[in-house]
Amino acid sequence: MKFSESWLREWVNPAISREALSHQITMAGLEVDGIDPVAAEFSGVVVGEVVECGQHPDADKLRVTKVNVGADELIDIVCGAANCRQGLRVAVAMVGAVLPGDFKIKKAKLRGQPSMGMLCSYGELGIDIESDGIIELPQDAPLGMDIREFLQLDDAVIDVDLTANRADCLGLAGLAREVGVLNRQAVIEPSWEAAVAGSDAQVKINLLEPQACPRYLGRVVKNIDVKAATPLWMQEKLRRSGIRSIDPIVDITNFVLLEFGQPMHAFDLAKLEGDIQVRLGNGAEKLTLLDGTEVTVPADTLVIADSVKPLALAGVFGGEASGVSDTTRDILLECAFFAPLAIMGKSRRLGLHTDSSHRFERGVDPQMQHKVMDRATRLVLDICGGEAGPVVEAKSDEHLPKQVEIRLRRSKLDRILGHSIPDSDVTEILQRLGFGVEVAADSWLVTTATYRFDMAIEEDLIEEVARIYGYNNIPNVAPVAALSMPVHKESELSLKRVRDLLVGRGFQEAVTYSFVDPKLQSLVHPGQDTMVLPHPISSEMSVMRLSMFTGLLTAVGYNQARQQGRVRLFETGLRFVPDLNAESGVRQQAMLGAVITGLQQDEHWSMESKTVDFFDLKGDLEAIIGLTVSTSEFSFKEASHTALHPGQCAEILRNDRVIGYIGAVHPSLEKPFGLNGKTIVFELELDALLHAKLPLAQAVSKFPANRRDIALVVDESVAASDVMNLIRKVGENQLVGLNLFDVYLGKGVEPGKKSLAIALTLQDTTRTLEEKEIAETVDSVVSALKVEFNASLRE
Amino acid sequence: MQQLTEIVEQALVTIDQASDLKTLDDIRVDYLGKKGKITDMMKMMGTLSAEEKPAFGQAVNDAKQAVQQKLGLKIDGLKRAELEAKLVAEKIDVTLPGRTMDLGGLHPVTRTIERIETFFGELGFSVKYGPEIEDDFHNFDALNISEHHPARADHDTFYFNPKLMLRTQTSGVQIRTMETEKPPLRIISPGRVYRNDYDQTHTPMFHQVEGLFVDEHVNFAELKGILHDFLRNFFEEDLEVRFRPSYFPFTEPSAEVDVKGKNGWLEVLGCGMVHPNVLRSVGIDPEKYSGFAFGMGVERLTMLRYGVNDLRAFFENDLRFLKQFK
Repeated sequence: MKFSESWLREWVNPAISREALSHQITMAGLEVDGIDPVAAEFSGVVVGEVVECGQHPDADKLRVTKVNVGADELIDIVCGAANCRQGLRVAVAMVGAVLPGDFKIKKAKLRGQPSMGMLCSYGELGIDIESDGIIELPQDAPLGMDIREFLQLDDAVIDVDLTANRADCLGLAGLAREVGVLNRQAVIEPSWEAAVAGSDAQVKINLLEPQACPRYLGRVVKNIDVKAATPLWMQEKLRRSGIRSIDPIVDITNFVLLEFGQPMHAFDLAKLEGDIQVRLGNGAEKLTLLDGTEVTVPADTLVIADSVKPLALAGVFGGEASGVSDTTRDILLECAFFAPLAIMGKSRRLGLHTDSSHRFERGVDPQMQHKVMDRATRLVLDICGGEAGPVVEAKSDEHLPKQVEIRLRRSKLDRILGHSIPDSDVTEILQRLGFGVEVAADSWLVTTATYRFDMAIEEDLIEEVARIYGYNNIPNVAPVAALSMPVHKESELSLKRVRDLLVGRGFQEAVTYSFVDPKLQSLVHPGQDTMVLPHPISSEMSVMRLSMFTGLLTAVGYNQARQQGRVRLFETGLRFVPDLNAESGVRQQAMLGAVITGLQQDEHWSMESKTVDFFDLKGDLEAIIGLTVSTSEFSFKEASHTALHPGQCAEILRNDRVIGYIGAVHPSLEKPFGLNGKTIVFELELDALLHAKLPLAQAVSKFPANRRDIALVVDESVAASDVMNLIRKVGENQLVGLNLFDVYLGKGVEPGKKSLAIALTLQDTTRTLEEKEIAETVDSVVSALKVEFNASLRE
Repeated sequence: MQQLTEIVEQALVTIDQASDLKTLDDIRVDYLGKKGKITDMMKMMGTLSAEEKPAFGQAVNDAKQAVQQKLGLKIDGLKRAELEAKLVAEKIDVTLPGRTMDLGGLHPVTRTIERIETFFGELGFSVKYGPEIEDDFHNFDALNISEHHPARADHDTFYFNPKLMLRTQTSGVQIRTMETEKPPLRIISPGRVYRNDYDQTHTPMFHQVEGLFVDEHVNFAELKGILHDFLRNFFEEDLEVRFRPSYFPFTEPSAEVDVKGKNGWLEVLGCGMVHPNVLRSVGIDPEKYSGFAFGMGVERLTMLRYGVNDLRAFFENDLRFLKQFK
């Protein structure tokens, strides 16, 4: 809501500065978004009249004028504006004037003709009005008067960002009331001579939906002049509230909307057939709105109709056909109260949001219609002439909002605020807000005002009292609570620990959007069902992610395109998998994903530069798994995944359940994601990862450990983990260490076979193992491997 | 005896002249070995009288010791020199970079969330998470935002259908917590939230941390106190903080909190006393219990804290940006 400061001060004029006023209303909950002067700084510009206007002898486009500024002598001024003409009242920058931008007006000669000043346009005075040529002032503008005074330019537009509950401040009356309360000052409403009926002309009104429209006022005004000019003062007030002047009738309805927050509408009486009907649409009617768009009126939407056709969407938008035009002679003014529930949602559904619907859906004072109808009629008669008929009112008392009675208890007030505001302050605040207050021993019985739709319960009054009293006058107090200790489970591995480990291993945490590009995601997860956003920001952000892969790979491509060759990223967050068995039909699972590419290490003077491969990332993953202490519950199994290299992909299992995947990105994805070089990713379910075993300490053996190395030759297809598992099983309690320290294929090993070099460390907790026992254990391992994998010892 | 003195002198000279350990060992053998010159002198003992023997024996032993001592000193010296030469040869440029694994870093948003979790965790608030695809009950209805409430239109919600949406706030987690746990409740819920808005100052996804405290005597002065403490801790500055009345359907009274920055007041938080309708919707008696709730935009706080100027930088994941946060 934009309004001019000077207009507000016509209603209530506290002796405080613009800044103080703005701060005051901000701190009352009406947040000031901006304060803009209505004109730039300038001086020395006065009202003048062009008394002579002749062609410049040496320049086609210039005129030579004599201007009367109310002084003894006329002033010679050369002017280039096309609209400069004799008899026009203009804004004259005198010699010595300083215009915006520190532009000083001096005596000059233009093509040989003397010019002792300048006739100004709005733009030259830093006033935001679009017009061609110089300013045209009304004929009654007093000659010689400072233009700042005449146009009241020492004013600012204050823009208040109103919250949805404060419909009462969507008009000057409400804002003034608020300022009055804050300054403990009375508000002076403008007064006018009542618009007495001068004719019997009237239209009958049928209220068919009294619940949606409990009050409807109509008034005919005949023989008006729609070509009359809107007075400058009204145009300026409208302009300073951000509304353009259109024609006097529209201007008047807009003016009272700003003044009292009451939307009005005017129909061309000649276009009406029969009575006014306030009814619901029938679902089939078409209506062309004032802006030229045609809508089919939905069946649950309130319309204003005549006996034949709909005329307007009630409280939202007028119809084109029945609107006031430049041929209109007689009008019907409408001033109604539409219930918020009848308007809420309806206009938005049609894609419409107007100043009118904005107010009605938030709540217009149901007691204001007679006053505003009179105000508007008076203005029509004053500006456009004509004769008004009587006010015709259709209403349903039972459906009009009632004043609400709320009891405010002293105990509740104190309990909610944690601070006690004196009785007298509470009473005064409530009264100044316009509420009826009955003071009792330990409470107040408050009758709220009809313009406050946000007053329903005790807490609403508590906020009002606290707000006016000032939130910042309530002390800051440390909360008091029982010192109950929250449960902390050591067996729950914290995500923080996992993140810190990854950070320690050189990973940077990424946060990618939860919605991704469907084209890219379908390369990663072809054929999988996704959650689709019907109204996304863009098509690249239109489906919910099925994994971390799409986002992470996109981030890798983004960085590689920016000369970042070595990338190590991880991300945690939800994936969204459609699943009819899950709440809302979607499984929202917390995942951990990571990706690496580029060199293992930045190039270093003493190390070989190697690009990453599968085992670099697997090593990082194994480090994370190590945090659970339950490493034996985890395993990796050869697998396939649509996004991963078929020969370099594994399932990650915990207790034989698949909890994720790790692998090299499939080469076919490299181009679409802009990947440069081998890229390795993993993703796993966080919930499956984040539980750990408590360490259970074992005594350290006092006896020496013995290492025996064996070199096995097995088929290339034999999985190393199967070999290791078998050794662990056979070696049982004496085997305290097992390490696969070499894998060899090539010369010396038969094609199709590989050699695995494995170190076994044997130790007993009760005695020194003898050579014979050690040999027996190793032999039993070797023979078991022979049986299971046809393994032989390498010669 | 004369001969012995000569041998010793000769030995000492030879030792002096030796320049390596091998030569010294040869000298040792030459004089002190089984057939060494001094050893041979000892063998002459048998030819001497009983009176002469002790003195001679003493003299030979002295000679032996003198040579041995000289040898020992010489060996030590050579060894020391050898070690010194080795140490000189092993000198390195200690300023060369070490073999390090570059440290990664947390995303600045996570960093802020972790700090917030610490501040409130120390006051006994526990951290709760919830779904990001949320139903209209938890995202709106239970928060006192009815179907046609104007506040719904302000949310720029990403709907899947009229009943299902990306959550516009993490408040749904408060509802879910209050549905299953009884007061006293102290929780915070960090996480991603979504609004259909994308420009210089809006991204369609951002992070919030919301807090909730429900107990028998929770009040507005305490809400002010805790947030005041929080902001001063967060910015580590004795900032001016102001509470400005505002409107949220789920709190009453409601406030927005501004901090004074270099260019005037900046809004950083929304808060208020939990609306009795919200408490009732989860079966908590508002006559017995009261609560406060607050919510903050994590990116906003992070930008202020670390001087980030472009909100969109948070989701581009440009390593050159991220690596500044160690």
